[in-house]
Amino acid sequence: MAGEARAGDEFDVAVVGGGLVGIATAWGLSREGCRVVVLDEGDRAVRASRGNFALVWVQSKGLGLAPYAGWTIRSSNAWQGFSDLLKQETGLDVSFQRPGGFHLCLSEKELEARANVLKRLHAQPGIVDYKTEILTRDQVKVMLPDIGPEVVGGSFCELDGHVNSLRLFRTLHTALNARGVTYLPSHRVESITKEGGEFRLTTTQGEVRAAKVALAAGNANMRLAPMVGLDCPMKPERGQIVVTERLRPFLNHPVVTLRQTDEGTVMIGDSKEESVDPSGLTIGVSATEAERAVRQFPLLANVNVVRTWSAIRVMTRDGFPIYDESKTHPGAFTVCCHSGVTLAANHALTIAPMIARGALDAPLVAPFSARRFHVQAAG
Amino acid sequence: MIAAADLASSYELVIIGGGPAGLAAAALAARAGVSTVLFDENPGVGGQIYRAITSTPVADRAVLGQDYWDGAALADEAKASGALIVNGATVWSLDRQRLVGVSVGGKARMIEADRVIIATGSQERPFPIPGWTLPGVMTAGAAQTALKAQGLVVDGRTVMAGSGPLLWLLAAQTLRAGGTIDAILDTTPRRNWLQAMFHLPDFALSPYFAKGLALLREVRAKVPVHRVDTMEAVGNDRVREVVFSGAGGTRRLPVDLLLLHQGVVPNVNLANAAGVAHVWNDRQLCFVPVLDADFGSSVPGIAVAGDGAGIAGGTAAAERGRIAAIAAVRALKPDAVVPDTQAIRQRLQREEMGRAFLDWLNRPADSFRMPEGDTIACRCEEVTAKQVRDTAKMGCEGPNQMKAFLRCGMGPCQGRLCGLTVTELIAAERKTSPDEVGYYRLRPPVKPITLAELASLPISEAERKAVER
Amino acid sequence: MFKRLAEKGPAIAITVDGRKVTARVGDTVAAALLAAGIDHCRTTPVTGAPRAPYCLMGVCFDCLVTVDGVGSRQGCLIPVREGMKVETQLGRREAGR
Ligand SMILES: Cc1cc2nc3c(=O)[nH]c(=O)nc-3n(C[C@H](O)[C@H](O)[C@H](O)COP(=O)(O)OP(=O)(O)OC[C@H]3O[C@@H](n4cnc5c(N)ncnc54)[C@H](O)[C@@H]3O)c2cc1C
Ligand code: FES
Repeated sequence: MAGEARAGDEFDVAVVGGGLVGIATAWGLSREGCRVVVLDEGDRAVRASRGNFALVWVQSKGLGLAPYAGWTIRSSNAWQGFSDLLKQETGLDVSFQRPGGFHLCLSEKELEARANVLKRLHAQPGIVDYKTEILTRDQVKVMLPDIGPEVVGGSFCELDGHVNSLRLFRTLHTALNARGVTYLPSHRVESITKEGGEFRLTTTQGEVRAAKVALAAGNANMRLAPMVGLDCPMKPERGQIVVTERLRPFLNHPVVTLRQTDEGTVMIGDSKEESVDPSGLTIGVSATEAERAVRQFPLLANVNVVRTWSAIRVMTRDGFPIYDESKTHPGAFTVCCHSGVTLAANHALTIAPMIARGALDAPLVAPFSARRFHVQAAG
Repeated sequence: MIAAADLASSYELVIIGGGPAGLAAAALAARAGVSTVLFDENPGVGGQIYRAITSTPVADRAVLGQDYWDGAALADEAKASGALIVNGATVWSLDRQRLVGVSVGGKARMIEADRVIIATGSQERPFPIPGWTLPGVMTAGAAQTALKAQGLVVDGRTVMAGSGPLLWLLAAQTLRAGGTIDAILDTTPRRNWLQAMFHLPDFALSPYFAKGLALLREVRAKVPVHRVDTMEAVGNDRVREVVFSGAGGTRRLPVDLLLLHQGVVPNVNLANAAGVAHVWNDRQLCFVPVLDADFGSSVPGIAVAGDGAGIAGGTAAAERGRIAAIAAVRALKPDAVVPDTQAIRQRLQREEMGRAFLDWLNRPADSFRMPEGDTIACRCEEVTAKQVRDTAKMGCEGPNQMKAFLRCGMGPCQGRLCGLTVTELIAAERKTSPDEVGYYRLRPPVKPITLAELASLPISEAERKAVER
Repeated sequence: MFKRLAEKGPAIAITVDGRKVTARVGDTVAAALLAAGIDHCRTTPVTGAPRAPYCLMGVCFDCLVTVDGVGSRQGCLIPVREGMKVETQLGRREAGR
């Protein structure tokens, strides 16, 4: 049964971290026939999986690291199949939809800046050409009839979608439980060593042993990775989100900062702040989000806000994923990224099988090795 | 009527809640020369116990009783003190820097405070029995509020059920007002007497002893009382029957109105959101803030007075409010003349004396706090006890993860009517203590505000930059 | 479910789903509905189950109604006003109302 540590248990893989990255990887590993244990923190942990915005998002991805665009599209394309598999296993529908998404601009200046970003993105050598178009206000209005008079236009990408990410979180946990994967909450990993061909993970509640270890502990990877000869430089960032009461459906497409969930609530995001204090909330930031939301969709003015929260983004130093395998400690891997919802399908269906086999597939993921930081530093 | 725009941008003391604790604190602080504002979301002052004290249509003083009318003096004192009292004012945010978010008449403001006294009182403990969400099922406190504020008395077939002094008080008030009660279903577990007996001597000396006995006698003379172990509200579109079982087997009574009550618990939402530390109180079966002798909390400058500090009743609430106010005055105006706390503390002690007996005697049975099966735990999101229990079995250790999985606590009431239930269900399933499990981490707004209100608040350049891109 | 102790105080005319209801000064919207024998004031946005005011003290949010065109108002905290239009709220609220 999940939740109970059993002394002397032998695991093929210990996944460190029970957020979306960890459990998507763990689920994929279990599908490959591995005996998996997931080590997690407790109820009050800083868990981006409980505070994210739930987009499965493509547009804008890849500026600065062209292969990231292709990697993201791969996951976006795999997402429907991934959600079907989860539904077969658990009966739970994570409500994945890919109707295409918007980035809305509230001034000509914002629209111009947006067009520039897309131009630079697509001018990069080796970039996969995914369609993101700049649309005029009138074009936007056809698809989003409720936009306010200040919306001057925006960008649209047909590959963009969203999901119910809290249900995804629950569904993955439910699936792990049904598969007999051992989930150990309140088992914060303090140290990892490799002795006699196996990894020993010391937790706040005793030691766990496994043949392989996958680090999926978010920003804590920075502390853990060096223990197994890996490097995972992080730069956490805070994001604040506002959520409303449940409303009847009024919005058919997700906007990068505003989406209606299948339950009817409207999520409004999402700031980028330097703070790493998850308990702090800045009212002025929520106010800005609310103000922009009302300008984008004036019909929301009277709607009730029921919650705001801040979450700490898992952010690598350059914002792109890190997938690595240890040279000094064979069998140790890092799986670390910001967009754990978007990339969940990749982690479950592509990364997990690589870890099960014991080697990352260089043509696919070599660009995401943390070695890139050293190359840059040397250059 | 005071509008949001009329408020100053800062006050030396902000008091939240206009019950006995808030009124007494406001009167004392304002008289000592502290600039004081009191916010209360209700149309009038008085809080729960003195609800509508300045406007009640219930003219016959015997109906609500002398204890109620004692509140008039408190309200008058507060008004005469020079404190600014704002009704219809909902406080929806409070942070560690004592920045208070308040809405009045649909307009939001942020107000700075040197000191804050949270006097938001108590709420009735959740009573999750099958059918408790049906129309026609209300809390006893709700019926009492309707009586005090609007002069509404129960009509039709009425059953009251539960435990605790308030249930009996409401029954007596209802009878005096000419209402009829078909039955009282007493859910107090018999074995509670064993624990309670130890504290009987103290209780016998407290002011509640004689009053309590008189109430029981008054009600029992007119209403049949049944001891029950299980209870269910039955009906489709509304409650039609209450089904209960006790020593005499299972019985059903047709009802139009079923009034539930099993004690009150501190209203923790605002203090929790402000980061005030809380602990589990096993005698009162609820979370209470960690407080010093002056009711100061773990957050500097924020005190919690009244029933929000742990249940002790209206008279004690006023004394607690005074003690918290004296501490605030001393910090803000060291030269001001304040009453002697010694005398107040003695009165408070006398009030609190009988509490242990009442708490142990009225401790609700496990089965009425930790439901099973399809009984709804979270009313807003309609999450059942079974879902919570199953998810806990799956490895979910705490209410915050539970909230992410099941949405319990995510609706408009923000966990007020499921928080304790969810914590206790998790503790039961995972065989640990509620203290270990903890409570929801609450976030502003602790009461809903509109998006437009939020949008109207001051924004700095840096805050704008954090969002625009 | 409830009756008035005395029909005292000035009457206030409101409508509930278009129907005339006589309230009294001092009534909240929720109290006026209860006094008028109105059984439920909303259906839930989750399963559509009928709900009526439960706590009358601002805690439970089961008294949510549409008041003068604005949805999800807490009926137990809002005093009635002459001519007020109250509507029961069915399921999820409509944005813009
Ligand atoms: C329904 C009910 C009925 C009761 N009836 C009786 C009785 O008849 N006799 C008796 O002896 N005891 C009664 N009690 C117990 C009694 O209420 C308390 O002992 C006493 O009221 C405590 O006083 P207080 O000042 O701490 O809190 P309260 O009297 O509860 O006052 C707190 C005030 O704060 C306001 N408030 C809360 N949150 C906010 C916010 N975010 N913004 C603005 N305002 C806010 C509330 O609306 C309330 O007016 C009752 C309790 C309840 C819950
Ligand atoms: S009846 Fe409970 S909030 Fe109004």
